[in-house]
Amino acid sequence: MNNKLTRRGLLKTGAVGGAGLALPTIFTSGASAFTNEPMGGTVTLGFNVPQSGPYADEGADELRAYQLAVEHLNGEGDGGMLNTFSSKVLEGNGILGKKVEYVTGDTQTKSDAARASAKSMIEKDGAVMITGGSSSGVAVAVQGLCQEAGVIFMAGLTHSNDTTGKDKKANGFRHFFNAYMSGAALAPVLTKMYGTDRKAYHLTADYTWGWTQEESIVAATEALGWETVNTVKTPLAATDFSSYITPILQTDADVLVLNHYGGNMVNSLTNAVQFGLRDKIVNGKNFEIVVPLYSRLMARGAGENVKGIFGSTNWHWSLQDEGSKAFVKSFGTKYGFPPSQAAHTCYVQTLLYADAVARAGSFNPCAVGEALEGFEFDGMGNGKTLYRAEDHQCFKDVLVVKGKDNPTSEFDLLEVVEVTPVEQVTYAPDHPMFAGGALGSCNPGA
Amino acid sequence: MDAIILQILNGLDKGSAYALIALGLTLIFGTLGVVNFAHGALFMIGAFCAVSLNKLLNLSFETVDPTRTDFLGNPAKIKTPYVESWFGPEFGAALIDWSVPLAILFSIPIMIAIGFIMERGLIKHFYRRPHADQILVTFGLAIVLQELIKHYYGANPIQTPAPDAFRGSFDFGAILGFDPNTIIYPYWRMIYFAFAAVVIGGVFAFLQFTTFGMVVRAGMADRETVGLLGINIDKRFTIMFGLAAAVAGLAGVMYAPINSPNYHMGMDFLVLSFVVVVVGGMGSLPGAVAAGFLLGILESFASMNEIKSILPGIDQIIIYVAAIIILLTRPRGLLGRKGVMED
Repeated sequence: MNNKLTRRGLLKTGAVGGAGLALPTIFTSGASAFTNEPMGGTVTLGFNVPQSGPYADEGADELRAYQLAVEHLNGEGDGGMLNTFSSKVLEGNGILGKKVEYVTGDTQTKSDAARASAKSMIEKDGAVMITGGSSSGVAVAVQGLCQEAGVIFMAGLTHSNDTTGKDKKANGFRHFFNAYMSGAALAPVLTKMYGTDRKAYHLTADYTWGWTQEESIVAATEALGWETVNTVKTPLAATDFSSYITPILQTDADVLVLNHYGGNMVNSLTNAVQFGLRDKIVNGKNFEIVVPLYSRLMARGAGENVKGIFGSTNWHWSLQDEGSKAFVKSFGTKYGFPPSQAAHTCYVQTLLYADAVARAGSFNPCAVGEALEGFEFDGMGNGKTLYRAEDHQCFKDVLVVKGKDNPTSEFDLLEVVEVTPVEQVTYAPDHPMFAGGALGSCNPGA
Repeated sequence: MDAIILQILNGLDKGSAYALIALGLTLIFGTLGVVNFAHGALFMIGAFCAVSLNKLLNLSFETVDPTRTDFLGNPAKIKTPYVESWFGPEFGAALIDWSVPLAILFSIPIMIAIGFIMERGLIKHFYRRPHADQILVTFGLAIVLQELIKHYYGANPIQTPAPDAFRGSFDFGAILGFDPNTIIYPYWRMIYFAFAAVVIGGVFAFLQFTTFGMVVRAGMADRETVGLLGINIDKRFTIMFGLAAAVAGLAGVMYAPINSPNYHMGMDFLVLSFVVVVVGGMGSLPGAVAAGFLLGILESFASMNEIKSILPGIDQIIIYVAAIIILLTRPRGLLGRKGVMED
């Protein structure tokens, strides 16, 4: 065995040993306790929204809401929902005294592009929190990235059960409602309006959100007596749904459920109305169409076809609680039109994050997560709301809406027919539709 | 039986759109030898001509109605279209209602102008370049055009309804002796099919029965010889590019009430239309039309639940499967000239 010590060997051993000794202090030093700890007088948030692609208009509305939230956090404007929010720790001087700045990314409503833009905002711009998006596929992808990177993800518009179900993550939080809640709120109204003896035919967008919504609506309506005649998956890229709609004429279905969103929803609903489904009488009853997840921006695309059609929504600008009124006033005064539900959830998520940081006294994602878990609040437009600790899902009232028969403006397309109380849409954390995943432990990164 | 009739009807209107776009693509390829990937964008611009005319006719002035309030509680502003105040409420409303058919007249000069500008301004510089360069530049142009439309009109689909008289659907079943409401078909889709037939017939008649058309056909067969006879064939081919643009534009205008136009609709049709051209035979006009209808009907049948339960996902690949089979067994395409793509 050769024990001869050389100069080169000594240097190598010294370097490796030194690095080894220094390693624990790198991880424990206060200088980098977590990813992107804000050091100066500012803190950077990352707004990851679709600025191009099919949901760009929704993304633009989300961005408007974020800009408004940043203004309010920094003490500019009229303060909006800060005046009605039940927690009073935010004082309009930024977050923990640091002025709020932001960077934006373009998700393009593509998972890979969304992950790349979030990564860039975290690594290059130093964003301490990522928020936004208008698709469940994107939300699940970005949530996974934020978990790995050690930053908080405050989801934007994402309605799939999976986001806080099998794909939930400790660093991810969702304020928006989900498909299960849509089913639980909508089914009783549908049976009240159309009776319990109905046969439903589902057309479903073939991806995570469509599948979970179909599952949720089928379960909720069947529990109340409806029968499901058929469930047909349609490709996300489909534009003409006529060949999916004509087979419905050959069945004895008397309700069509469109588990579609965005352009899919506009086209499938328009096609269904063109084929005279709403004028049809089957089994002695009027044929009905249901769109379980409604969006005002999409209702505008479908025009007159939405009249009288039921669906559910997370929030609507016509609500008369103090929080909603304050937000609509701020947003409407700044931009000249009322906000969408996407804008609302994004605005609220930003304030909730800022509030959690302030209550925790730290930007550390683990401390922020702890402050959000089990947090109960009010004054944000949906009544009393709980951020449940077990799955990081907000529980609040859900709105059942209907396409308005006589709209007075291009924004006045939906009317709220029922505010379903939170108890009716609450489910156990281990509900089978949400099974298969675990939050894991929070990752502060660094 | 009724299901089969319905799917044939479905295939006919889908096929109409494919045939109209593929006809223009083939015209351009046959005359100028250019593979025009911006052709789908021309279809999309046509649809947006309908959207624009609808918006133009809906241009309104505002009056304040003190008896009503807007969403912020301020006095509501009531919008009245200028056409209603100029021509009376009834005629004004009728003009707005008929905006899509009117857009046919509105779009033809616009589309021909766009075709001219595209050909003279950009594409003519790529005539002697490889097909790959032509594809890249026209594909780039398509992206630029759709981003421009998105910038001005937004990303969401824009509802552009057909006139009131053509809404609703026709009960074919009642005529054919089936139960009522089993074979119903929207009026506007029937009109779309008839319109496509007229446009296709018009283009064929123009090429077949006019001297101009004869020269163009001669140029398609042998450009050099026609040139040697002292005929400025390039000028005629430029006019054909304008004509092809107008055909794509008209297909788009009439398609607007079927599916609300959005900036991406051209791309959705483009790839399928290329498959149609290849299946029909590169450069063959009757081939493009025949393949358009054939693939449209095939696609409709593949969407039937009975077929999808045996072959899941077949509705998404049927067109490509058909294209592979035809190209393997008959490389020149259905009605392609002997020798084309066979060497």
